[in-house]
Amino acid sequence: MTSAPSTHWSESLYRLIKAQKVRQVSVVPDAGHSALIRLCEADRDLQLVRLTTEEEGIALAAGAWLGGDKSVLLMQSSGVGNCINMLSLLSVCQFPLAMWITMRGDWAEFNPWQVPMGRATKNVLEEMGVLVSRAEREDEIAPLAEGTLRMAYNTLRPTALLIGQRLLGAKTFED
Amino acid sequence: MSAPVTTRSEMDQRLKRREVAKALLADRGDLLVVAGLGSAAWDVTAAGDHPLTFPLWGAMGGAPAIGLGLAIAQPDRRVVVVTGDGELLMGMGSLATIGIARPGNLSVVVLDNERYGETGMQESHTAHGVDLAAVAAACGFHKVSTITAMQQVEQLRADMHSVQGPLFAQIKIAAENLPLTLPPRDGTHLKNRFREALLGDKAHFQR
Repeated sequence: MTSAPSTHWSESLYRLIKAQKVRQVSVVPDAGHSALIRLCEADRDLQLVRLTTEEEGIALAAGAWLGGDKSVLLMQSSGVGNCINMLSLLSVCQFPLAMWITMRGDWAEFNPWQVPMGRATKNVLEEMGVLVSRAEREDEIAPLAEGTLRMAYNTLRPTALLIGQRLLGAKTFED
Repeated sequence: MSAPVTTRSEMDQRLKRREVAKALLADRGDLLVVAGLGSAAWDVTAAGDHPLTFPLWGAMGGAPAIGLGLAIAQPDRRVVVVTGDGELLMGMGSLATIGIARPGNLSVVVLDNERYGETGMQESHTAHGVDLAAVAAACGFHKVSTITAMQQVEQLRADMHSVQGPLFAQIKIAAENLPLTLPPRDGTHLKNRFREALLGDKAHFQR
């Protein structure tokens, strides 16, 4: 089972999206982001874009910024591997984007196939020019997420917040 | 793997890509253009470098999704993605993403020579029967066409400026090796000139 994701931090992230005038939110679903996705779906002023793979979200963010829209990309850490070459678009052109990434393959992971990408997530992002921060406690999520948004759009670069698996609750499939 | 579906003599009679790009972008008005990497970007540049064109030098597979982000951000402007069959095949999932997002102002035009032109003219999947127009139709594009004549290109040009999208057009073109016509290669320059032309001074102060 997945521990029910707390909606408290999801609501904080939703308020942040609104306060920072983000207009496009793109997503490949993850259990940890499910409450935030629901909030964004219900908001008719936000454009929620459902992706088939995370790299589309990188490209979408570039197009959004060309047109004057700020965007956020929601995904789980396994999706970072799908983005590697597309991230060159952001670093070469200095496109801003904040990525909020829920971790798999770290604390108490039960699925061995998740572990390699979970271990590599931070290094892969940094090698491709993304500024990475990481939340280990629930009360860190909103302030760190605000930092990724402000830094992305004030300094014109991609940023990422990794949300640790320990605070999300590890999936087990045992219950 | 079987032989290509199209014979050499059939291929030679197909539309010429530079003529197609020039006709598509004639009298472009305030059209916003994203050009996929490789030959499509050179074709669009040969038709006339323009600040409201964003030509790609990499990010293969990303052109349609860039067009989608732009179309959502600028609902009152018409947006066209001009790309090649190889580039589109790498981002084929984005046709599904566009199909459900249903941007009425977006057109995706694929210049289909059934080849990877930048890497030695190896055959692509479309040379072996993959029908990209059928994929786009199945993904829910509002209007889909397969084009083999210049008269149809003229109709597509008109549709790109007026018809409810998303539109998809697959233009069958000859496999030609042409001189490169390169756009500027500094990505920050391409981004900044596009945003300035579109957003004015606000481009430099948005945060």
